Amino acid sequence: MGIAAAAVGALLAGCGGGPGAGGGKVSNAKIVLGVLTDLSGLYADITGPNAVAAVEMAVEDFKRKYGDKAITDNIEVIKADHQNKPEVASTQARQMYDRQQVDALFDVPTSSAALAVATIAQQSKRLYFNTAAATTELAGKSCNKYTYEWAYDAYMLANGTAANVTRQGGKNWYLVYPDYAFGQDMQAKFATAVEAAGGKVVAKDPTPFPSDDFATFLLKAPGLTPKPDVLGALQAGGDLANLVKQYDQFKLRDKGINLAIGLLFDSDIKAIGAAKLAGTTFTTAWFWNLDDEARAWADRFKKRTGQRPTFDHAADYSAATHYLEAVQKAGTDKAEDVSKQLDGMTFSDFFARNATVRPNDHRVVHDAYLVKVKAPAAASEPEDFTELVEKIPADQAFDQPSPACRMG
Amino acid sequence: MTSFLQQAFNGLVSGSFYALLALGLAVIFGMLRVVNFAHGAIYTLGAFGAVWLADSAGLGFWWALLLVPVALAIAGTLAERLLIHRLLALDPLYNFLLTFGIALVCQDLLRMRYGSHSQPYEHAPVTGSFDLGLFEFPRYQVFTLGLSVVVCLAVWLLLTRTRIGTIVRAAIERPELTRAFGIDTGRWVTPVFGFGVGLAALAGVLAAPMRAVNSGMGADLIITVFAVVVIGGLGSVFGSVVAGFTIGMLAALGNLYFPVLSQTSVYLLMAVVLLIRPAGLFGKEEHV
Repeated sequence: MGIAAAAVGALLAGCGGGPGAGGGKVSNAKIVLGVLTDLSGLYADITGPNAVAAVEMAVEDFKRKYGDKAITDNIEVIKADHQNKPEVASTQARQMYDRQQVDALFDVPTSSAALAVATIAQQSKRLYFNTAAATTELAGKSCNKYTYEWAYDAYMLANGTAANVTRQGGKNWYLVYPDYAFGQDMQAKFATAVEAAGGKVVAKDPTPFPSDDFATFLLKAPGLTPKPDVLGALQAGGDLANLVKQYDQFKLRDKGINLAIGLLFDSDIKAIGAAKLAGTTFTTAWFWNLDDEARAWADRFKKRTGQRPTFDHAADYSAATHYLEAVQKAGTDKAEDVSKQLDGMTFSDFFARNATVRPNDHRVVHDAYLVKVKAPAAASEPEDFTELVEKIPADQAFDQPSPACRMG
Repeated sequence: MTSFLQQAFNGLVSGSFYALLALGLAVIFGMLRVVNFAHGAIYTLGAFGAVWLADSAGLGFWWALLLVPVALAIAGTLAERLLIHRLLALDPLYNFLLTFGIALVCQDLLRMRYGSHSQPYEHAPVTGSFDLGLFEFPRYQVFTLGLSVVVCLAVWLLLTRTRIGTIVRAAIERPELTRAFGIDTGRWVTPVFGFGVGLAALAGVLAAPMRAVNSGMGADLIITVFAVVVIGGLGSVFGSVVAGFTIGMLAALGNLYFPVLSQTSVYLLMAVVLLIRPAGLFGKEEHV
């Protein structure tokens, strides 16, 4: 049975290889980039349709750069909605790789969905560039040869914020986290980072998800012993907006309990109000007003979409560009050959500075940024929300490769 | 002890939302025998109404508190006349599906207009906190609780001390008998529906300054409110209010003492109540 299967496999491989070697250099005579994302739900604004636009921009720029010399001028971008559900994500990913001949997938918010897609990428032997999910597991125990981690992870968010806030005197922490994969991962990373910086986690509580009432925890905070200096809020989206509104009403800042936030996007700042958040520090992989290079791309992006990009959009563009460059260099879109070009590569672009694609776990390490929310008066335009506190160099921004990762 | 009282009080504040929403659901169910699945969407529309008034007309919280419930109550009466009324004679399942459909349409229209992220609302009418003797509490939260209690009491007085209230109560409790006395209960169906809608809209406006305003806010909340109504007893006005405040308190204390159970405690309580009193705490068993 095993021998028969192997023989059939070899025959099929032989047949498949024939026209490929003789005809075009890329499979099916085209390169297909797939954006699998949340097109209408909770994360549609920070990833979503604008992630598709970012990948399309990368394709257009690649075609313009190489013109006739491009490996093929037949490059497509297709998109699909995974509704933040892992089961939908894996069906869609399989469909995109198998039926729509997608060579590489991009984006994929929601950690559980991203983990599902990584498994499908490995089974399909096609590439997947995650820019939107935060779980460290993608480059940890669930890592594989076909999956790359381009933008950020929970360690990066926790390490930057927790270490810095603790160093500045926020020794005692009260962590509240949403009770699901992302929140639990964030909580563990924050606790480690706080303690490594000489601080102490006084208490940590899981909060119901989703929840519109955080008063229980806000009331509990001042009564803890020792009294916490910092409330570490690891919620996202609507939950975060609820929590910060109520933090403000319960006047915890006046009681000496400052706020530190795990993951904060511009849309969250808009929802909560920059005035309420002014001065709050957090860590980000990139922000559009970082410097001239970043602004130049953000201006092009705004012209196209009417909005300023999030770091996820910038990372999609960066990943798609380097993927296409790697295909060009490899002279084929075969995943293993493209991987060889990417692994170990060092580069700097408008998004990822001083970046290295780590060959042993496919984590792209690059400079991260500790930033704070600008007071509305200091903003240069309505979408200007963040200012730089300090750069976190690439070699400190991310964790060491996890021993749990075995790529084989 | 202080912390216990503080949490219990906080529970009453979140209970005030449950009570307003459950009260509306209960009168609508009592009068129309319709489980209004659009109730969460109306709550959401109430909050967005406040946001929209502030953004487009510069009208603050007090205006919203007055205008939004009235406007949505009118829209509710229209929806009752044009759509729900036509299905009343059929199996209740039809209205169940209709109201569920209305909820989805509202939610997606909001998403088209505002996206899925939360909207800012910076118009809290009162800020700062009250000293309640044992502990301090944000003024706005205290105001919300106070207003909710006043509204619930007013509805109770309306139902028990006025002729209209007597008719409505009679129609809820013994519809056939009331009609047999020659009272036209049908006249009151539409206004009662509008009134229930108005209560949900009021809860939505009250939520805007203290909760995240987004298209999904009502969908998350309404499941709990259904459990509240079932615990209180379907169609029991008094039961829905009592259950609303009780569940609010239980959830707050559950968060503190049994965080693992915080999300399930409501449903556990519902299961226990249904086992012991199948019609809910204050419901009457129907003999059909």
